[in-house]
Amino acid sequence: MSQITHEPPDRQLLTLEVNGEAHEVLVESRRTLVDVLRHDLGLTGTHVGCEHGICGACTVLIDGAPARACLTFAAQAEGSAVETVESLDGGGGGSAPGRRLSDLQQAFTEHHALQCGFCTPGFLMLAEGHLAEQPAPSREEIREVVAANLCRCTGYQTIVDAIEDCAARRRAATSEEGPCN
Amino acid sequence: MKPAPFTYHRARDLDGATRLLVELEAREEDPKVLAGGQSLVAMMNFRLARPAHLVDIGRLDCLRGIHTDADGALHLGALTTHHQVERAPAELLGRGHAVLRDAMRWVGHLPIRTRGTVGGSLAHADATAEWCLLATLLDAELVVHGGGGRRRVPAAEFFLGYYTTALGADELLTEVVFPREAPHAALTEFAQRHGDFATVAAAVDLELAADGRTVCGGRVALGGVAALPVRVPEAEAVLARGDTAGDALFAACGQAAAEAVDPPSDDAGSAGYRRRLARTLVVQACEEAFAR
Amino acid sequence: MSPTEPHEDRAALVGTSTRRREDPRLLTGRGTFTDDIHLPGTLYAQFVRATVASATVTSLDLSAVREVPGVVAAFDAADLALGDITARLGRPAAEFVPTSMPILARDRVRYAGEPLAVVVARDPYAVEDGLEAARVSYAPERAVTSDTEALAPDAPLVHAEAPANTLLDVSMFATEGIDDVFAEAPCVVDVSVRTGRQNALPLETRAALAAWDDREEQLTLRTPTQVPHQVRTVAARCLGLDERAVRVLVPDMGGGFGLKCVVGREEIAVAAASLRLGRPVKWTEDRKDALTASFLAREQHYEARAAFDAEGHVLGLDTDLICDMGAYSCYPFTAGIEPLMASSEMPGVYKVPAYRVRARAVTTNKAPSAPYRGVSRPQYVMVVERLFERAARELGIDPVEIRRRNLITDFPYTGVNNVTYDPGSYLESLDLCERTLREEGWYARREEAAAEGRHLGIGYACFSERTGYGSTAFAQRKMEVVPGFDIAEARMDVTGALTVSTGTMSHGQSHETTMAQIAADELGLDLARVRIHQGDTDRVTYGWGTFASRSIAVGGSAVRLAAGKLGEKLRLLAASRWEVAPDRVELGDGRARNADDGSTLSYPELAEIAYLKSHLLPKGVEPGLSATASFDVFNDGTFSNATHGVVVELHEATGQVEIVRYVCVEDCGVAINPQVVEGQCRGGIAQGIAGALFEEITYDAQGEPSATSFMDYRVPTALEIPEIGIAHLETPCAFTETGAKGAGEGGTIGAPGAVLNAVNDALRPTGVELDQTPITPETVADALERA
Repeated sequence: MSQITHEPPDRQLLTLEVNGEAHEVLVESRRTLVDVLRHDLGLTGTHVGCEHGICGACTVLIDGAPARACLTFAAQAEGSAVETVESLDGGGGGSAPGRRLSDLQQAFTEHHALQCGFCTPGFLMLAEGHLAEQPAPSREEIREVVAANLCRCTGYQTIVDAIEDCAARRRAATSEEGPCN
Repeated sequence: MKPAPFTYHRARDLDGATRLLVELEAREEDPKVLAGGQSLVAMMNFRLARPAHLVDIGRLDCLRGIHTDADGALHLGALTTHHQVERAPAELLGRGHAVLRDAMRWVGHLPIRTRGTVGGSLAHADATAEWCLLATLLDAELVVHGGGGRRRVPAAEFFLGYYTTALGADELLTEVVFPREAPHAALTEFAQRHGDFATVAAAVDLELAADGRTVCGGRVALGGVAALPVRVPEAEAVLARGDTAGDALFAACGQAAAEAVDPPSDDAGSAGYRRRLARTLVVQACEEAFAR
Repeated sequence: MSPTEPHEDRAALVGTSTRRREDPRLLTGRGTFTDDIHLPGTLYAQFVRATVASATVTSLDLSAVREVPGVVAAFDAADLALGDITARLGRPAAEFVPTSMPILARDRVRYAGEPLAVVVARDPYAVEDGLEAARVSYAPERAVTSDTEALAPDAPLVHAEAPANTLLDVSMFATEGIDDVFAEAPCVVDVSVRTGRQNALPLETRAALAAWDDREEQLTLRTPTQVPHQVRTVAARCLGLDERAVRVLVPDMGGGFGLKCVVGREEIAVAAASLRLGRPVKWTEDRKDALTASFLAREQHYEARAAFDAEGHVLGLDTDLICDMGAYSCYPFTAGIEPLMASSEMPGVYKVPAYRVRARAVTTNKAPSAPYRGVSRPQYVMVVERLFERAARELGIDPVEIRRRNLITDFPYTGVNNVTYDPGSYLESLDLCERTLREEGWYARREEAAAEGRHLGIGYACFSERTGYGSTAFAQRKMEVVPGFDIAEARMDVTGALTVSTGTMSHGQSHETTMAQIAADELGLDLARVRIHQGDTDRVTYGWGTFASRSIAVGGSAVRLAAGKLGEKLRLLAASRWEVAPDRVELGDGRARNADDGSTLSYPELAEIAYLKSHLLPKGVEPGLSATASFDVFNDGTFSNATHGVVVELHEATGQVEIVRYVCVEDCGVAINPQVVEGQCRGGIAQGIAGALFEEITYDAQGEPSATSFMDYRVPTALEIPEIGIAHLETPCAFTETGAKGAGEGGTIGAPGAVLNAVNDALRPTGVELDQTPITPETVADALERA
């Protein structure tokens, strides 16, 4: 049985940069990034599935790289740029009827890469992080990256399809534009 | 599943970090160093670890990076992430150390590799962790800062048992040094599910004669067969016989390794199964190391 | 209009893979799951749980808990004084023993993880601090941790009222003379199969957010449940409220797979705590509790044998099966859910002339079982398919051929189990599946591999799955609470847009899309103008939710009927305006059309009359546009079917089972949305593979759960689940409104048997047969080593 201490909790005043916006929060030091995102900043698109880094439902980008928000204390994210699913934008503004899906989100709906949708934000951020670093992944590489997160509904195949399709379309769009100078 | 309370300290420089550790340890305040947190935070969420103080060294950029010194030794800062090693350009991580880069694919998954650090993995000392195995295989030295100053600990003296190292509670691992190149080395492992800690992991470093075909020596290390990563002298003796590289030699090496180890039996596998895995994985690692 | 005939006026939506209506919000992080909802003043709850599997609780002291900073309250069973949950069957005492599950354990705990007290705090961290301060003393007793232990003569009793730890013991079928059949048969094969305990594992864990609404004088209970109305019924009973005073709302739901189709004790405790404190209380189960203390499934043991004639025709099937249901009976299905399913369905797709079965549910000191996708069918299909493969081996007949000789081909077929099977494509699906693997060269590759000393194996599973259970079928199970019908209410607003409320509850199955397709087709509306509303017990009088692959077959039929009824009213309105008989009015393309002169009235024009110009309504016609319809199935239900074909390679050194090819040929009648059907198949197969090769909830000898994290409970990733090829056949159902049959569970049903057969085919040269799941790499490596 643990010893119970009733000392005042250790708190931190943090400035977090999330989706390009600076937020100030006063939170207990033990608060994880995912809990701060969800409960202090109201960004509930990032989900909690296991709190031990295996399922990946909480995957966000920290300084552009996919990371588990459940294995990061919010205090550790100070000074870094955090991006969540809410940052993905296909244009059309913030109003619900006019909002458009990003190309990756569009690929997910076209390929039926989500069913219950609980794991989906994690997969989207995982894929965005990977594609930013590796724009031309092979299908095997995509599978390997997708294996970082758990999905209980789809059997993964359509998630791989969607990412592969999105990557191909992005490459096609880039080569059409030609070298920019 | 939420961590128990702790006091958070953010280290601003190396000396400050070690001073704080020394001070907290002296007061028996149970400090713990937080690097990437990929193992520690999970354990804290389960309350299996409940340090009273966390010293976050994440901002100590001096501990991040890869460089080769004048003697050809490769230095990896403790905060270098697995992913930085995985993506390191050839100028930083040449052919002689490609085994390190290639081994990174076995470390968890991408989002773990982007946060998890070389030093954190070594200090955590899981017996099947890739960095522990690589350090053991390649006679790495671990550079440690603490109240007693700076010291270098050979890998062979660093790992003491299950999640136990020679690192004092008031000490900080700052760097791992791989003293020489290992152009013919490879690491391989088996876990039923991709990304999990290995049931057994094997790493081999071959010394080839000038003809490129004769094996004149080498090192063999195994994880998952003991409380800590181990070298297998019996298997290394086979490599030292001066035989030509090939199936016969590698099979003999694998066999010697399997016979030499005395693995534990647990949920992940019986002793017999682990021994068979050791044999197979050593052979595989030999083949991959030779093909390099 | 027959189900397959396209709508006259416009391209039918049914049968097309239209984009999902659910996706935009889920893809943008704007879905609303229970834990996403924050009401002002919300408090957070977690549970003090038993740390031993079987014990008398000698003391429970929460005083220190209440002193922990941030903790607001802590309640034990005595504090809340709630009624128990008791699930019953209308069966005699010799067959079924009802047991009660208290909301919080009182003097006795029956599994490690059982809730003893609910702690409520100001934030989710403080509540965990509070749990640690609870002081519980136990007088531990010997735990019963397996079916064998449960049935041992000296076994301690998990429930004093259940002798021999047996909650259900039924022998539903025993064909006369079956012993002679076995005595005289030229070929008798047997098999002993054990399947591991699993967690259905929705990625969203269970949760509840309860708040009292003073204005409505109503408790609002938000919870991810597949069965909102059943949760309302139980909550009202346990809390002593009228059902009117409980409103269950289901937010977006992160999967369920059966685990969420029973009523849990935690949501009731959370509701009670909220009432007591007068504040919203939220509970989100953490993963450790989800793995150890929620509902589990699948742990079964079969001793089965089958008799065949020399040509491979099956003569009889004889089974003794035991399901380890854990510590309690789940509501409303009871601990009989698994054994009763297996008993009534086991002969499956084959013409079995003689059948005997004894089925038992035993109670043990483990977290209780609930239905899980497929319910017993993954297991008995595995058993039957193993028996056929064994007989094929024994008789020297090709394993596909022996199935072919026994499959039901003349429909309707009434089996030895008194079940009447509606038409399906049993033989066609097997033929196509085999042809696919042959044409792809897998049979040749198997020979090549053998020549090289590698181990390639091919395995099949043929099965049908009863879907669209109506009240008749459930009544045959003798459930005291009889599910079956469902209700839909269609409303058209002033602008001509349609909302259909349903009593079913999608948790990933895409009902917002597929049911909208059905309703849109019925009225000739654009999909964008149809909205499906679900998960609100105030909107539909009663519904039975989503389980047993019933939603499209039953709920979808109700949706079509309700939309059709609404259409009748539109017809009536238009007919009165034109002064023609209603049968001269055609509906489609968003308008009513006068068949005599071609004039039209759009739905918005008709809706305006119905609401804003009611003085124009003909006498006797009520204003407004709404219609309610129910649908039930009064026969044995409709059977979907499939054949799965799997090719595996076994890796000698590691024992790893690699699935190198997976083909599923399925028939779920009319596929409302083929892409959605494929999604259900693939996802189901992934879960079946998980059960066959990866996942198991294990306990030590004291009943302590040993799989407490995703490190130990190995949910397969994208590198373990292969690409899955799917082909569709379509045998429309004659009595559902759309011709659709259920499609939710089939994937999971076929996969374990097919994988197990493929592994055993690859092991053939070794002489070893594996009949226990999950098949671990070590078992395979051992088998190969012995060869």
